[in-house]
Amino acid sequence: MADLTTDLAGLRLCNPVMTASGTFGYGLEFQDFVNLEEIGAVIVKGTTLHQREGNPYPRMAETARGMLNCVGLQNKGVDYFCNNIYPRIKDIGTNMIVNVSGNTPEDYAECAARIGQLEAIPAIELNISCPNVRHGGMAFGTTTEGAASVVKAVRKAYGKTLIVKLSPNVTSITDIALAVQDAGADAVSLINTLMGMAIDAERRKRVLSIGTGGLSGPCIKPVALRMVYQVAHAVSIPVIGLGGISSATDAIEFLLAGATAVEIGTANFVDPAITVKVAKGIGEYLDRHGFKSVREIVGLVD
Amino acid sequence: MKYILDLSVAEVTPLQGRFLLVKATNLKGCLPEMLPGQFAQLRMDLSKETYLRRPISINNVDRERNEVWFLVQMVGDGTRSLAALKPGDTLNAVLPLGNGFTLPSDSSERMLLVGGGVGIAPLLFLGKVMVEAGQKPSFLLGARRASDLMLTDIFRTLGDVYITTEDGSEGEKGLVTNHSVLGQNVFDRIAVCGPGPMMKAVARYARSVGAECEVSLENVMACGVGACLCCVEDTIDGHLCVCKEGPVFNINRLKWQI
Repeated sequence: MADLTTDLAGLRLCNPVMTASGTFGYGLEFQDFVNLEEIGAVIVKGTTLHQREGNPYPRMAETARGMLNCVGLQNKGVDYFCNNIYPRIKDIGTNMIVNVSGNTPEDYAECAARIGQLEAIPAIELNISCPNVRHGGMAFGTTTEGAASVVKAVRKAYGKTLIVKLSPNVTSITDIALAVQDAGADAVSLINTLMGMAIDAERRKRVLSIGTGGLSGPCIKPVALRMVYQVAHAVSIPVIGLGGISSATDAIEFLLAGATAVEIGTANFVDPAITVKVAKGIGEYLDRHGFKSVREIVGLVD
Repeated sequence: MKYILDLSVAEVTPLQGRFLLVKATNLKGCLPEMLPGQFAQLRMDLSKETYLRRPISINNVDRERNEVWFLVQMVGDGTRSLAALKPGDTLNAVLPLGNGFTLPSDSSERMLLVGGGVGIAPLLFLGKVMVEAGQKPSFLLGARRASDLMLTDIFRTLGDVYITTEDGSEGEKGLVTNHSVLGQNVFDRIAVCGPGPMMKAVARYARSVGAECEVSLENVMACGVGACLCCVEDTIDGHLCVCKEGPVFNINRLKWQI
């Protein structure tokens, strides 16, 4: 069996499969279905400095091979996370990574600093790309200056592995990726959801409470793959690929495009055990093609 | 404990109009413990247009036959595709999900189970579990017309059944809240599952007579396990996931204007 372990900006992963924030809860929700220790890293739900109620219902609309959501970063705030969630996840034997969001660079930095004190959290993923909140979120991720300002502020406050999650809703995602690399990011993950909309023709109304939402699922995979390929060729830091991955073959395509690791998101809703199946499938692919390590196939497609 | 199971379809029975009764068994062992009010997320493998699973409430658990029943209203391509299932086909289910209805604390507590349309589904299992616990459920079932009523013969084996139809073609004419049984009897506890306006009307009645009342919500879901936070209901405790904190809620926790 080929070696599935990989290194992500200093983090050792037992395999390159991670979970995408907001699709896997705190990992605990999926413990009945998978052994979390067989997943390379679990990225838990987006956490903000203060509690957020999120957007009103309805927050979800199914689309062709995917779905739109406008959850809006509902969470109980970083203190609740540290006091109530962290004790329940700190002993899970994999990389438990926290996704961090905010309204201002200072918010992001303070939230990151608090999580930096948690011994069993080796990394954070900075969400500068949420399309469903009015202030902050994607607003930072759509300009090179905005993205750099948040990453710089967090870099000062946070010493461990810093992953920055990028928005696809931009003119040039490589420009943003280069800006966050220069500002001190250790890795980038992409893509977050594509902004979309759903309308109910019979009722002549918009489906989602705030009108627009983030599109995810297999329908976005070609866009994600293209962006991962472009960014991986532009930056020198590791790239984590995500966007519609729902099989080992999908994941392998992202690795070939230049991703060091992948995140699985919406597919967790269809098959709650998909993560471990994808990891196993990558191993079988490597064996079948005579590769000794998953690291050998990263960026093989030129 | 929740499971992902490849169930084996035992029987698919078309009921009136848009409804199907799907019975499935687990060939690999006993079905897990399930509570009345809980649901399953069924994968729609036969539907080309459907990506997500569909949450379907548990209609009955037949321990002797090791069967779980799903009463399905065919709404879109996904639920319609279930009609093509044949005995022996695989039906992938994640179950059991969510909480369940509160059972009466003792047999002196009088409980009414109110269902409308496909909302009668969880009430069959609830009534059966009550009977097994030595309690006597009463059912109040509402439909547009007589031909929309389903499974009433099975309900009658479990307890008293009161019926309303909007056109008066069976039982009393009107909505469930118009039924004379509500004026003649005192119920301590009411469980409701059905269309939103019906549940609100019954909740209003329950509050007016001081009965405990639980409703089963069917907000649109994605994950079914409390991870995506799409199906939230606004409650006195904030936005709660219907899939995990519900689908059954005491009306006193909801922010309904009733």
